[in-house]
Amino acid sequence: MKRFIGFIEKEFYHIFRDRRSLFILFGMPIAQILLFGFAITNEINNVDIAILDHSKDANTTEIISKIGSSKYFSIKQVITKEADIAAVFKKGEVKAVLNFEKDFSKNLIKEHKASVQIVTDATDPNTANTISNYVNAILQQYQKELNKDSSTPYQIVPETRMVYNPELKSVYMFVPGVMTIILMLVSAMMTSISITKEKELGTMEILLVSPIKPIQVIIGKVFPYIFLSIINAIVIVVLSIFIFNMPVQGSLFLLALESILFIVSALALGILISTISKTQQTAMMISLMGLMLPVILLSGFIFPISSMPVPLQVISSIIPAKWFILIIKGIMLKGVGIEYLWKETLILLGMTVFFIALSVKKYKIRLE
Amino acid sequence: MKIILYIIQKEFKQIFRNKGMLPIIFVLPLLQLIILSNAATFEIKNIKFGAIDHDHTATSRALIEKFNASTYFDVLTNYPSQEKASAAMLKGEVNVILEIPSYFQRDLQTEKYHTLGVTINAIDGAAAGVENVYVTQIIQSFNQHIKVDLLQPSDQLITTTRIETIPLFWYNETLNYKTFMVPGILVLLVTMITLFLSGMNIVREKEIGTLEQINVTPIKKSQFIIGKLFPFWVIGMGLLTVGLIIAKGIFNVPMLGSLPLMYLYTGIYILVILGIGLFISNFTDTQQQAMFIAWFFTVIFILMSGLFTPIESMPKWAQMMTAFNPIKYFVEVMRMVMLKGSGFMDILPQLLKTVLYAFIMNGLAVWSYKKST
Repeated sequence: MKRFIGFIEKEFYHIFRDRRSLFILFGMPIAQILLFGFAITNEINNVDIAILDHSKDANTTEIISKIGSSKYFSIKQVITKEADIAAVFKKGEVKAVLNFEKDFSKNLIKEHKASVQIVTDATDPNTANTISNYVNAILQQYQKELNKDSSTPYQIVPETRMVYNPELKSVYMFVPGVMTIILMLVSAMMTSISITKEKELGTMEILLVSPIKPIQVIIGKVFPYIFLSIINAIVIVVLSIFIFNMPVQGSLFLLALESILFIVSALALGILISTISKTQQTAMMISLMGLMLPVILLSGFIFPISSMPVPLQVISSIIPAKWFILIIKGIMLKGVGIEYLWKETLILLGMTVFFIALSVKKYKIRLE
Repeated sequence: MKIILYIIQKEFKQIFRNKGMLPIIFVLPLLQLIILSNAATFEIKNIKFGAIDHDHTATSRALIEKFNASTYFDVLTNYPSQEKASAAMLKGEVNVILEIPSYFQRDLQTEKYHTLGVTINAIDGAAAGVENVYVTQIIQSFNQHIKVDLLQPSDQLITTTRIETIPLFWYNETLNYKTFMVPGILVLLVTMITLFLSGMNIVREKEIGTLEQINVTPIKKSQFIIGKLFPFWVIGMGLLTVGLIIAKGIFNVPMLGSLPLMYLYTGIYILVILGIGLFISNFTDTQQQAMFIAWFFTVIFILMSGLFTPIESMPKWAQMMTAFNPIKYFVEVMRMVMLKGSGFMDILPQLLKTVLYAFIMNGLAVWSYKKST
């Protein structure tokens, strides 16, 4: 036991001697969470659009001013002919063009019907669709004003209640996600080189002939990083509560325990990477290239998992980050306790044990 | 020139000798391109939907049936009570709950107006907005049907004035997300591979101690740097080529614009990334530090590139920051040239900024290399 403590102490010294790494380690996540918490939103605002008005009458002028004053759009250009649509799209200057037909007002009065084309640059399908919906909504509102006198006979009106995030803040979606990618990647990257480095620098053989058991080496390597990651997690949670007003509806204690569990799972994954790679470079590339995009894309951080094809939903389930995001949102936003989160917790726990067991096994093989 | 060729040869040999690295450089990115492109969709479908029916009449059942028949909503569950439904929502089993009150049909017939409770899990605000639109659409279309079914002769049809909107989705009529995402993800993979490899490269020699040996040889620093970085430039261009073939072959992403233009831009772009990599390598002592810094910038570049979330919606200061984001320009150019067929003049602003960026980054990198050794 004494030997083991000595080993842990040595590992701590190694880490704290490298001031530069420590600075990077703590400074980066803080900068990232601040940056993303303020900057990233998947709302669509201030979309640049162009107007092509063949009619230029009272109605189109009114509609254009309504569109221009909405917070969703800013009218960037007025173009005069159809051919210009392709030109502005190709330059990427605007995302949509509203094309009013000739004699708009006249048609509206005579035939009770007039039309407007919403031409969108659908290379971005999400924005195109949203623009189309927003313009539609503004026009329907305008249409209602025109039809003030006529009433519809039967009406069912939905009264919608948005729960857990009534103001539809996108920061509630992004803070848990950013927290997860930071903890996941930083933790995995920290330990992924720990054993590889000893191999590469030749100090591994010294460890191998020492009486410390493989499991002790692994725990000793992980232990200081658990400590560092916990501090990292605390900083992130404090920032999200005080700067982004993230609520913690549930138990802070549970949040702490779950965060530790997630950190340990990421560190264990790092150790596993470390035991299977020969050089630091390989270890780093596996943890960066192998983890970064899958964690961002498949964890439910940005894209809804339920919309993915079924095989990808299955793959997303083997990504620890997916479960942790569910847990954070559950505790912070829904305010649920372990009775609702036991399944997610057990899965994370299972993954952690699996990573550790596999690492110990791989490590032993090298001993023989 | 000969010396550079030798260094390049040596570097290539080193890369190909490391059997562990080969799959990471050549297979992993392409595998991710194929798999992850399917994941990136903002389309909201398979919404988990539940209903609480306190009315149990033909009208309430018909309304629920409407939701059931819609393609957006999935796994229809009937909950006996509000409590059961709320608990299901807390567990994440259901995302939208429709509650039909008692005497719904009777009151609707007498008063011609009724409200309905809809509860939406709004943690993902954007998805909740879309779900709300779907719910409203279904209920509106249901309204029209009751009009037809229950219209009394005394109710006169009033001609209403209608503005017809004709949505036209250019360049991607079917709103296919893969067409949009494949070029974007390809950009990320090319960037990540070239940045990580070059960022670790010189610091690795520092860490192992071989940099000093090179410094005492007659090799010039410029030769050394070019020799070091050129292989990564080739790898980046190779990755682009295979990625474009996959985009065309598997995802049927169009290539409307000029292929040489795409290569010209990418060639310059990779120089920017290699410059950044070299710069990071010069300022760090260990490979781990270099990778932490490379990771830091990559995450920022990715999330602020306009690839997943729109740049226009960011606050002004953040939009200004994106001017320094190389990935932003690459994503724009890639999508413009491939999907819209934009030509040289269309992408000239991005091209010029990238050329300028390449000069500045590589200038800084070479300058800092001299300083640090």
